[in-house]
Amino acid sequence: MSAKGFKGRFVRVFIYILLTLTAITSIYPIIWIIMSSFNPGTALYSTTLIPKKFTLAHYTELFVKKQFGLWYMNTLKIAFFTMLLSVILVVATAYALSQFRFKGRRFGLMTMLVLQAFPGFMTMIAVYLLLLQLNLLDTHLGLILVYSGGAIPGGAWLVKGYFDGIPRSLPEAAKIDGAGNMTIFLKVMMPLSMPILTFIALSNFIAPWMDFILARLVLRSTDKKTLAIGLYEMVTGRMNTEFTMFAAGAVMVAIPITILFMFLQKYIIQGLTEGASKS
Amino acid sequence: MNNHSEKAGVLSILFMGLGQLYNKQYFKGFFFALIEIFFIILMLPFTVKSLRGLITLGDTPQKMVNGKIIQGDHSIFLMVFGIISLLVLFIFAVIYVINVKDAFRVGMLRDEGKKPNNIRDSLHVLYDRGFPYLLLTPAAIFTLFLTVLPLIFGIMIAFTNYSSPNHLPPRSLVDWVGFENFINLFKLPSLSRTFFGVALWTVTWAVLATVTTFFVGLFFAVLINSNGIVLKKFWRTIYILPWAVPGFISILIMRNMFNGQFGPINKYLQAIGINPIPWFADPTWAKITCILVNLWFGFPYYMALMSGVITGISKDLYEAASIEGASARQQFWKITLPMVLFATAPLLIMGFAYNFNNFTLIYLLTSGNPTNASYNFAGHTDILLSWLYKLTLEQNQFHMASVVSILIFIVIAIISVINFRNTRSFKEEDMIQ
Repeated sequence: MSAKGFKGRFVRVFIYILLTLTAITSIYPIIWIIMSSFNPGTALYSTTLIPKKFTLAHYTELFVKKQFGLWYMNTLKIAFFTMLLSVILVVATAYALSQFRFKGRRFGLMTMLVLQAFPGFMTMIAVYLLLLQLNLLDTHLGLILVYSGGAIPGGAWLVKGYFDGIPRSLPEAAKIDGAGNMTIFLKVMMPLSMPILTFIALSNFIAPWMDFILARLVLRSTDKKTLAIGLYEMVTGRMNTEFTMFAAGAVMVAIPITILFMFLQKYIIQGLTEGASKS
Repeated sequence: MNNHSEKAGVLSILFMGLGQLYNKQYFKGFFFALIEIFFIILMLPFTVKSLRGLITLGDTPQKMVNGKIIQGDHSIFLMVFGIISLLVLFIFAVIYVINVKDAFRVGMLRDEGKKPNNIRDSLHVLYDRGFPYLLLTPAAIFTLFLTVLPLIFGIMIAFTNYSSPNHLPPRSLVDWVGFENFINLFKLPSLSRTFFGVALWTVTWAVLATVTTFFVGLFFAVLINSNGIVLKKFWRTIYILPWAVPGFISILIMRNMFNGQFGPINKYLQAIGINPIPWFADPTWAKITCILVNLWFGFPYYMALMSGVITGISKDLYEAASIEGASARQQFWKITLPMVLFATAPLLIMGFAYNFNNFTLIYLLTSGNPTNASYNFAGHTDILLSWLYKLTLEQNQFHMASVVSILIFIVIAIISVINFRNTRSFKEEDMIQ
């Protein structure tokens, strides 16, 4: 686009206005919810963008009137164990498929691809009914198992790609030096894969915080709820008489996740470039 | 002397471990034999019973005798255990085949005059060559029971009448009904009306959602990248900021912002003198709201992607074009646009599939409302997936939910197959081989 002359400048100004307006649209909801959390009163109606009176009451109400602390601990527990379990499963699978050639390998790869294509919902009803029969419904363990199992196809594919990128010379040299399979796995390959491992660990840690569908499907009792369920019920339950509390809750959940997310982004980029430069 | 392999193989077919014993690999032989004994004594009766249960799905319903409940057959338990038995049978069959092949192979070694491994060597080989299998076992078990089992189970339910109010175990039995559910979905007026109506909206929604985000993203990518615009990185980052907030929170925030009576958007509209818009109450507006909110969410993705493509286009192309006398506008239409479209058009298909099943957005934003009286448990903005969710959780119509999920899967599978042909990972994988 020509930048010269009056016409050029006019176009540019117009573009800037457009960009600014869109930027405001992008950020407005976020600012609005933060401000709402400081608003006195409880209803949606009475909240204004700039609060008439700043109050931190809703933040404390979350812990006192609702069980925010409990939800937080529940979600933390689920996220932590999901992270552990999924990393173990994903890494083991990816390593086997990447570093070894064995009968049934093609079958394994095909299965993973196909399973990756199966949207989660297909198993949704079935998992629900299954957990119902196994009495794992309304338990954190059931949710952790489901999350971890679901993390395998996608995660393993990603990690496998990373392992494929590590030059064969390294584990082969180790083997020549007499290292056994486990040693190669733990002492040679693991340290090299830290970026991708961190990525898998972090994304499987973050996922339960944000998941609403499966959590709502599996968990029933009030003392088992996660943050996602709690927040959802605050907004859709009654007629908006808990809006400001929701706002405070939203802020409290969003901040750590956002920070983790930003951190994760750096790791993806770092991991990807490291992986590329290695080969 | 060539008989060892055949004899060993046949012996192992007769009973696990016999062939190994014949080959004088005593530990291995006992190990395999133990597995078969274990299976016959412990698993076989259970397996037979479960398979029978799978076929009949129970004959005796729960009965009330003298005020006490006598448990009858639990149809769904029977089905689940039936499937588990099938899986266990399958695993056993695999081990059986391994046993036969192993006996045959070791027999061949003997035919060639070589000595078969003793137990220590066998274990060593197992650890060495079996390492990948060892690594895969936990994940395989997980996948088998948490993905394959539910999948088979889910598909089977579509062929039963498992639903409220008359076919909920343990009170009542569930029966196999063949394709009746599928036929009903298309024939029964209330069901077919709902199905086709919801399906139509799902497709419309997927197309609109994908197309709007794609082109708005393109628009902004080009805009930011045009000459003379400063702070390129700043603009790009600001549009991506909404992503950092967890999805479900943003959607719930939007749900409140668009609130017809109390939301800030309508308040501002009123301030400028426009009548409040029934964002959620009116069917058409509700659909528009979905598209708008999805746009807010989705365009940064395409914008970021396309920005990457645009900045990656070699400057030489533009220089050459300038030298040839092409104007800025021509350069855009003939260089920039085609390259971006070429790189990102495949994503349209993936985007379609994603939006087709974008349950989170629809359910959290509108819950599928406003309700549609002529629909069977679905609202105006329900997509197939959210309807399925309601059928399962709220209405306990498990059989219909299962049917719908199979149909959705078929659509997605077709799209995925088209997409897989272009997946880079898959292609590279072939090249490495």
